[in-house]
Amino acid sequence: MADTVTLKVTRYRPEVDTEPSFQEYQVPRQRDWVILDALNYIKDNLDGTLSYRWSCRMGICGSCGMTVDGEPKLTCATFLVDYPPEVVRVEPLANFPVVRDLVIEMSDFMEKLPRVKPWIVTESGQERPLAEKEYRQTPAQLDEYKQYSMCINCMLCYAACPVYGLDTHFIGPAAIALAQRYNLDSRDQGAKQRREVLSQHEGIWGCTFVGECTRVCPKHVDPAGAIQRYKLSSAIEELKSLLMPWRAR
Amino acid sequence: MGAHDVLLVGGGGAGLRAAIAIAETDPKLDVAVISKVYPMRSHTVSAEGGAAGAIAPDDSLDEHAYDTISGGDWLCDQDAVEAFVKEAPEELLRLEHWGCPWSREPDGRVAVRPFGGMKKQRTWFAADKTGFHMLHTLFQTSLKYNRIARYDEWFVTKLLVDEGRVQGVVAIELMSGRIEAIAAKAVIICTGGCGRVFPFTTNAAIKNGDGMALALRAGAALKDMEFVQYHPTGLPFTGILITEAARAEGGHLLNKDGYRYLQDYNLGKPEPKPVLRSMELGPRDRLSQAFVKEQEKGRTLEGPYGAYVHLDLRHLGEKVINGKLPFVRELCQKYQNIDPVKEMIPVRPVIHYMMGGVSTDINGATEVPGLYAAGEAACVSINGANRLGSNSLPELLVFGARAGRAAATWAADQKPPGPGVERAAAEEKRAIENDLLRRTSGKERVATLRTEMQKIMEACAGIYRTEGLLAEATGTLRALRERARSVALDDHSRTFNTELTSALELSFMLDVAECIVQSALQRRESRGAHQRTDHPKRDDEKFLAHSLVRRDAQGALKVDYKPVTITRWPPGERVYGR
Repeated sequence: MADTVTLKVTRYRPEVDTEPSFQEYQVPRQRDWVILDALNYIKDNLDGTLSYRWSCRMGICGSCGMTVDGEPKLTCATFLVDYPPEVVRVEPLANFPVVRDLVIEMSDFMEKLPRVKPWIVTESGQERPLAEKEYRQTPAQLDEYKQYSMCINCMLCYAACPVYGLDTHFIGPAAIALAQRYNLDSRDQGAKQRREVLSQHEGIWGCTFVGECTRVCPKHVDPAGAIQRYKLSSAIEELKSLLMPWRAR
Repeated sequence: MGAHDVLLVGGGGAGLRAAIAIAETDPKLDVAVISKVYPMRSHTVSAEGGAAGAIAPDDSLDEHAYDTISGGDWLCDQDAVEAFVKEAPEELLRLEHWGCPWSREPDGRVAVRPFGGMKKQRTWFAADKTGFHMLHTLFQTSLKYNRIARYDEWFVTKLLVDEGRVQGVVAIELMSGRIEAIAAKAVIICTGGCGRVFPFTTNAAIKNGDGMALALRAGAALKDMEFVQYHPTGLPFTGILITEAARAEGGHLLNKDGYRYLQDYNLGKPEPKPVLRSMELGPRDRLSQAFVKEQEKGRTLEGPYGAYVHLDLRHLGEKVINGKLPFVRELCQKYQNIDPVKEMIPVRPVIHYMMGGVSTDINGATEVPGLYAAGEAACVSINGANRLGSNSLPELLVFGARAGRAAATWAADQKPPGPGVERAAAEEKRAIENDLLRRTSGKERVATLRTEMQKIMEACAGIYRTEGLLAEATGTLRALRERARSVALDDHSRTFNTELTSALELSFMLDVAECIVQSALQRRESRGAHQRTDHPKRDDEKFLAHSLVRRDAQGALKVDYKPVTITRWPPGERVYGR
C-alpha cells in the first residue's frame, strides 16, 4: 500500500477568491482512515485555513457530507483506501451555494423543512393529554414509517438530485420523505394539511423519478420510494375527490 | 443587537426541550436558541441505548431512585433524584405524543429493556438510535413554534454579566464572522459535555465544555468536576461507542483467554442469560476499573491503539442483532470492518460523560442571577459519582423543562439590559480581533496544545489517579495555558473560520481541564468514577459532599464543599451481582 495519497481539495475564500480552485495536500494513506481523518490531518498539521464541517464521526450528526471523486458521501464513513492510491478529489456538495472551501449554505433546506409540518398534527389541534397514556402503535404500524424517520438531514440527496440542481424551488427528497414519515405515522392526522404543500408543482410532481436520492442515501431512507408512494396515494385522493366530491377530505 | 427574554445556548436535547417549555409557559416571551451547529447536529444525536423511566408493572419510582443513588455512590442529591424519577416517565410519554418512534411491545405499548446498573427493565428505546430519534423529534416539534427564534451556527464566546445578573452573550456568526452582542434577560446553558478534553472519547468534536467555561468565567461554580465517566465499551481508534444495550441483550466481555473476567471483580457469577445489576450489567465505573486491573494482570489483548478486550455478541444470532442492535452492527461494519454476527468486537474503556457541570439547584438556577443550566453541561445533581446508563436522556428532558420554566418566570420580571452590556460586548469583540484574528506574531499551533492537554489528562486524570499524577497535570496545564497566550492562527479570514473557533474551544477546554484536575486533587478518597490509588476507600466522613470549584478575583481556582442532600436512602455499600 502506498504510504501517502494526494488529496485534491476545493479551496474558496470569498474575501480573496473570485472562483473556487483546487489545492493539493499529501496525506498518509492509513488503512483505518476515512476521508474526514485525512482532512483533520491537513487542518492540524499542514494548513489551518482549510474549512469544513464535522462533528460526530459516526455517521449520525449529518455534518460532513462532501463530494468525493464526484459522488456525494459522508466523509466520516468513506475509507481513504477505497479510492485509487494516487489522487482523491474532495469538493463541496453540489447544488448548493458554497460559503467557503468545503462548507455549503443549507439555509434553503432549513426554510423548506417546516413547510411540510414535520410534527404530529391532530385534528383537534390539541396534544393528547398525558393522562391518556401512550398511543398504542404496533411494531407493524411502526414499520410503516420507520425507514423514513432515519433521515439525518445530511443533504446528500439534494446534492444528487438533478431536479433540485435545475430548480431549487423543488422541495426535495429529504423534506418529502419526512412528510411521508408523519403521514404514515398512526398517531398523525396531518396528511391533508401536508398535501397542500406537497401537491404543488414544486412538491412531489417536480420529481422525475431518477432515483439518485435513494442511491446516495447513507441511511437507506429511500426518498424516491417515499415520493413514488406519495404520488400514488395523492393521485388516488385526487381521483376520489373528482368522482366522489362529497367524500373529499 | 438582538434581544430576547430567554436565550438558550445549545440546541441539543436540553436546549430544545427548554425552548418548548418556555414557549408553552408564557406565549408572550421571546425565546431564542443559539448554537455553534444546526440543532440536529447536536451531540444528543449520538446517544444510542435508551432513556430510563419506570413504567413496567413490577417497577417503582423508589427502585429507580435507589438504583440511581447507589449507582452514583451516594453523591446524588436525593431530592433531585426523587423529582427526576417521578417526572422522567411523564417526559418520555410527552415525547411519545410528539412522535418519537419508541420501540413497541406486540400489543402497541412502549417497550422497555434492561440496562447496566438497573434492577428492573425500565429503559425506553428507539432501536439503538434513541438519542437520534429524541433529538429529531424535539427539533421537528420545535418548528411548530414560530416564535422560537434560532441563531444557527453562532459561536458564543462570553456571557455578559452586568449589575450582578446575566444580561446576554457575545457571539460570532460563523457564516459572516460578525461578532455581536445578543441581549437576554435569562440565559440557559445547554452546551453538553467536555469529552474532548481527553484524547479517546465517544464525544463529538463539538464537545469542548464551552458552557462550563463560560459559566465559570461569569462567576458560577462548577460542581463535582472530578467525576468523569469512562464507558467500558468503545471501539479502539475512533472511540465510537458500542451501546450498553449490546450487553443488556446478552453480550459478553471476554479477556484474551476468552474468559468472562468480570466474575473476578465482585460483580457476580457468569450466567448464560443477562442478570440485572450483575456481571456485564454492572455499572460503568466498576466495569472500566476491572479492565485496568485485567490489563495489569496481562490478560488483555494488544492492538495498534493499545490494550483491548472482546465484546462477544455472536451467540445472540443475526436476528436479535438486526432487530435490537442494528446501529451496533452498522457501526462495526462501517467503521471497524467487523461483523458482530460472525466476529468479536474489540473494545476498551473510553471517556463518555461528565457527571460534573455547572452547579444548579433543582430548577436549573446557578449561583449567578439570570443564569441557568441543564443537561450534561449542568450538575443538579442526579448522577453523583457515576451516572447510570439511560439516565442522561431523561435528565435533559426533565431538567431542560424545569430550567425553561424557571428562566421564563425570572425573565418575565426583569428590566431590559443596561448600557454596560454594549460596552462589555465591544471589549470582547476587540479582544477576539486583536488577540486572535489579526495577530500574526504568535508561534503555537492550536492542534499541538490540544494534543498535549489531552495526553496529560489521560495520563494523570484517567481511571486511576494519585496525588503525584494530579500535581504533574496541574503543572503541565499551567504551562499550556501560558503557551496558549501565543497561539497564532493560519487563518485570518472572517468567513467560517473554524481555526478561530478551535482556538476559543481550546481555551474553554483548558479551563475545564484545570477544574477537573483541581477537584480531583482535593478529593482524597475513592468514590464512583473518581479512584485515587493513594486513597482507595470511600470516606463519607469528609467527602459525602459536592465539590464546588470557583475562580477567585485573581483568576485562581478554589475548591469548596457542600453537603449532599439525603432524604430516604442513607449511604450504604454498593452491591452488584449478589
